[in-house]
Amino acid sequence: MSGFFERMLGRNAPKGSSSKAKERLQFVLVHDRINLPPEQLEAMKQEILRVISKYVRVDDKKVDIALQQRDRDSLLVAEIPFQKRREREEPEEDEIEGKPQLGDETPPASNHIEGGESGESGSKSRRNRR
Amino acid sequence: MGAKVVTITSGKGGVGKTTTTANLGVALARMGNKVVVIDADIGLRNLDVVMGLENRIVYDLVDVVEGRCKLRQAMIKHKQFPELYLIPAAQTRDKSAVSPADMIQLTDHLRPEFDFILIDSPAGIERGFRNAVAPADEVLIVTNPEVSAVRDADRIIGLLEAENKGPGQLILNRVKSDMVRKGEMLSADDVTDILAIRLIGIVPEDESVIPASNSGTPVTLNEHSRAGQAFRDIARRLMGENIPVVPVDEPNGFLRRIVKLFVSGNDG
Ligand SMILES: Nc1ncnc2c1ncn2[C@@H]1O[C@H](COP(=O)(O)OP(=O)(O)OP(=O)(O)O)[C@@H](O)[C@H]1O
Ligand SMILES: [Mg+2]
Repeated sequence: MSGFFERMLGRNAPKGSSSKAKERLQFVLVHDRINLPPEQLEAMKQEILRVISKYVRVDDKKVDIALQQRDRDSLLVAEIPFQKRREREEPEEDEIEGKPQLGDETPPASNHIEGGESGESGSKSRRNRR
Repeated sequence: MGAKVVTITSGKGGVGKTTTTANLGVALARMGNKVVVIDADIGLRNLDVVMGLENRIVYDLVDVVEGRCKLRQAMIKHKQFPELYLIPAAQTRDKSAVSPADMIQLTDHLRPEFDFILIDSPAGIERGFRNAVAPADEVLIVTNPEVSAVRDADRIIGLLEAENKGPGQLILNRVKSDMVRKGEMLSADDVTDILAIRLIGIVPEDESVIPASNSGTPVTLNEHSRAGQAFRDIARRLMGENIPVVPVDEPNGFLRRIVKLFVSGNDG
């Protein structure tokens, strides 16, 4: 129904325990309806991502795979953005396996302490792959 | 042609199926329909006492199915409405005494002579539920505005859809408008948002329901009862009348009614 009316009637403002009841129900029913508990749904998402990543580079941070309800139908809606294609880049085995090397384009976040050159690591890291 | 078979079910127990069946039966009969109500809750017979017919029972549903009596002999005529009949459940047997095919056969015998056949389903999703739903042309799912009752209603709706009986229509029973207003109880809009099925009625929590079942005179015979009014409205909707479902007591009741008219006018 029209969001305008909903707002005019003050029904969108969460209040009391009923909004909590509604939220919890919506969560529980998503899984009831497809008979898939949350951990398994998570495992399925990871597997889907793994398959897709075999063929194209996925921008992990922006991936959004979620179960949605349309009336009484459940659907899996996936938004899986690819990474921008870079010049002369050939994915290599070791890179896919994700062995981080010094100057690799995906350094582990923990030992990232090179002062002064924060930010645009893109062009640099790509260059010294070869 | 013939009767429309309407099954009243819920998933969760104690949400008001029997109360609803008795009241719709009486309300429909009072408006001139020929009605049979069938208690399919075998082993937990209840519809007879809620309707005040318990001391007239000789034969029951299982007697009919097992051929110990004629169908007519198990049909108890209501005191006040001569065109309202009850077929009681057996009290000493269990649900396996009846099969879905038996229920279809039974209702097929009744269809030509009646306008409505109402079936009071037991709680749960087992044999008794399947018996009650098998002959249904229409299914009413009763629920309360509580997490567990709504969850069970969703499960039932899923089962109905899987058997091509769905999705059914929803009756939201025992709504306390003051709690809804304070945001401490799910509203009718919340519940229909979640379940995504059509709402055929909202029945308020009403203190006159229990005295009514104490005396075996369904509350819809009480002109002053709000629950009684709600059941009469549902009966009218079953007869095909177009009465909008509006929670009169919710916040901005008046404004909302206008909005509802406006909105339903667009998608009608
Ligand atoms: N709108 C109402 N207001 C107040 N009390 C109600 C209302 N509806 C039902 N009740 C009460 O709730 C109790 C359960 O109702 P009822 O027996 O109809 O439920 P049921 O779904 O048939 O239960 P079961 O699953 O055991 O068959 C009864 O005591 C009844 O009087
Ligand atoms: Mg009952």
